[in-house]
Amino acid sequence: MGIEIAGITKKFGDFVALEDIDLSIPSGQLTALLGPSGGGKSTLLRIIAGLESSDSGSVVIEGNDATRLPAQKRNVGFVFQHYAAFKHLSVRRNIAFGLEIRKRPKNEIKAKVDELLELVHLTQWADRLPSQLSGGQRQRMALARALAIEPTVLLLDEPFGALDAKVRKELRDWLRRLHDEVHVTTVFVTHDQEEALEVADSLVVINEGRIEQVGTPDDLYDKPASDFVLSFLGPVTTLGDKLIRPHDIDISRYEQAATAVGTITRWTRVGFEIRLEVTPEDVLHPEPVQVVVTRAEATALDLHEGDRVWLRPQVGADQVAGH
Amino acid sequence: MTTEILAPPTPTPTGRRGRGRARTNTLTRQSGLGLGLALTWFSLLVLIPLALIVIQAADGGWATFRDTLTDDQTFDALRLTVEQSLLVTVVNVVMGTLIAWVLVRDRFWGKRLLEVIIDIPFALPTIVAGLVLLSLYGPRSPIGIDVSNTERAVFLALLFVTLPFVVRTVQPVLLELDPEVEQAAASLGASQLTTVRRIILPALAPAITAGAALSFARGISEYGSLVLLSGNLPHTSEVASVRILTYIENGNEAAAASVAVLLLLVALAAILALQLVNRWVARRG
Repeated sequence: MGIEIAGITKKFGDFVALEDIDLSIPSGQLTALLGPSGGGKSTLLRIIAGLESSDSGSVVIEGNDATRLPAQKRNVGFVFQHYAAFKHLSVRRNIAFGLEIRKRPKNEIKAKVDELLELVHLTQWADRLPSQLSGGQRQRMALARALAIEPTVLLLDEPFGALDAKVRKELRDWLRRLHDEVHVTTVFVTHDQEEALEVADSLVVINEGRIEQVGTPDDLYDKPASDFVLSFLGPVTTLGDKLIRPHDIDISRYEQAATAVGTITRWTRVGFEIRLEVTPEDVLHPEPVQVVVTRAEATALDLHEGDRVWLRPQVGADQVAGH
Repeated sequence: MTTEILAPPTPTPTGRRGRGRARTNTLTRQSGLGLGLALTWFSLLVLIPLALIVIQAADGGWATFRDTLTDDQTFDALRLTVEQSLLVTVVNVVMGTLIAWVLVRDRFWGKRLLEVIIDIPFALPTIVAGLVLLSLYGPRSPIGIDVSNTERAVFLALLFVTLPFVVRTVQPVLLELDPEVEQAAASLGASQLTTVRRIILPALAPAITAGAALSFARGISEYGSLVLLSGNLPHTSEVASVRILTYIENGNEAAAASVAVLLLLVALAAILALQLVNRWVARRG
C-alpha cells in the first residue's frame, strides 16, 4: 500500500529527468525526496500527482492504478513552492474551493473549513485576500486547501523554499506536528538536507534522475551508500584518501598513530564550534583537511593556530573511499 | 482600517479632520508641481473642450437638443452606432480573449508574425482601412461578398479597427497568470471548464472590461474606416459621427454638439456598466 512507483522514466527532449525509478512509499508516513536542484525529485512528485505524465512506468496510489488517471481524479493534495493561491478569493473561499466543486452541502463546507482554519491557525484571517497574508500564512492556507478534499496522499513541492530561514524552521516543526495529528501519507520535496533529516520518517535521495539511497534519517546519515549521499547529507572533508565528516576526526597535539600530520593554518569560531583547517605535510595529499571541534575540546586540547597536530578518524566514524 | 480601531484614541476630538489635513500635507513640492502640470495638461486637452461641447449644445436651448434627438434620421444614426458598437464589443470580448489565449499559451509557426499583424488595425490610417474594406467587400469584391451600403458594412469596419483592444489588454494579464494556479485547481478536482470559469475568467475580468470599454468607445466614435463602405444611407447605414459632420456642414453647430453630448453620455454609461460587470464577476469568483 502507500504509493508504488515502478519503472518510471521521463525525458525532456534529450535531458533524462528520471530513469527507471522504482520506489515504494509507505502509508501514513512523512517521506522526503531529497536531492540537488534539477535532480528529478520535483518531476517525480508531479508525476505522482498527475501534473506531469511519464514516458513509461506506473504509479499505484493506495492500491489503485493511477497511471492513466488525470490529476482531477487522483484525489491528491498538492502544495506548490509559490503557493499558487487563488488571488481573487478570500482565504475561506480558497480552502473551500475543492469542496464547492464537489457540490457538498453549504453547512458541511462551512464546518470543514472552520475546522481547517483552526488547524492552520488562520481563523482570524479567514476573510482576507491571499495578498494580505505573509508568505508563511499563504503556505498554511495552501496546505489547508489541499487537506480540505481529504486527499489520499499529500504532496508538497519545496513547500518552504520561498520563505525566510526563521519562518521556514517554524513551519517545518509545525508540519511535523500536523502530520502527527492528521496521519495522511505525505511526500515532500526538498533540497535542504537539514529539513529532510529533521522532519521526515524516511528519506529518498535522488540525484541525476536516479535514486541514490532510501532509508531512515539515521540509516542515511550513519551508513551512506555512496560518497554522494555522504557529502549531500552534511559537510565532508578528505582525510588521507577517504571522505569523512569534519567532526569525526580525532585531533591531538601529541604524536600518535595518525592518518595525517599537519599544521593548523586557519581557525574560525562559529558559535559553540571551532572550524579548523589543517594543512598536511603529506606530499601525496596536500589539500587542507577540515576539522570541527567544540570550544571545550579546543580548550582542553590546548589548540592554537600554527600548532603541529596529528589527525585520525574517530573510532566508529563513517568513511567512504574518496576519488 | 484595523489599525485605526486598534490605535489609541487621538488626543484631539477632531481626529478625522486632522488626518485629512495630514494627507494634503503629504504632497511634496515636486509631486505638487507634477500634479499641477498633469491637471493643466488634462484640462487644456480634455476638460475644456468637453465643457465647450456641452455649452455649445446648451446654446441652442433645450428645444434644439430635443428636436435634434427626436429627428428620425439622427435617432436612427445613433441607434445604429450604439447597436453595432455593442455587437462588435461582444464579439471582441470572445474573440479577443481567445486570440490573447492562443498568443500566450500556444506555440505555433508564425506566432511572431501574428503578434505584429494584430496591431495593424491600430497603426493603419483609418481611411486606408476603409479603402481596403471597400475593395474587398465592396461592389467589385473579388470574393463575391458585397456588404456596401448596409449596416453590415458598419459592423465589419468596426470589427476591423477594434480587433486589437481586447487582445492587447488581456495578453499581459494572461502572461502574468501563474500556470501553477490552474494546476492547483486541477489537483483539487476542478475540470478545465470549471477552472476557466472560476479561476481564469475572474482574474482576466478587469482586463477584458478595460478592452471592451476601449473597443466600445472606439466603435461609437469611428468615422474613417466605415465611411467609404457604408455609403452613409440615412436610416440604414449612416452613423452618428457622419451625422455630426452633416450638421456642421449645414451650419447647425448646436445640433452637432447635441449629438456629441449624447455620444459622450453613452460612452460614460458604457464605462460605468462595464465597471459594475467587472465587480460582479470578481465577487462571484
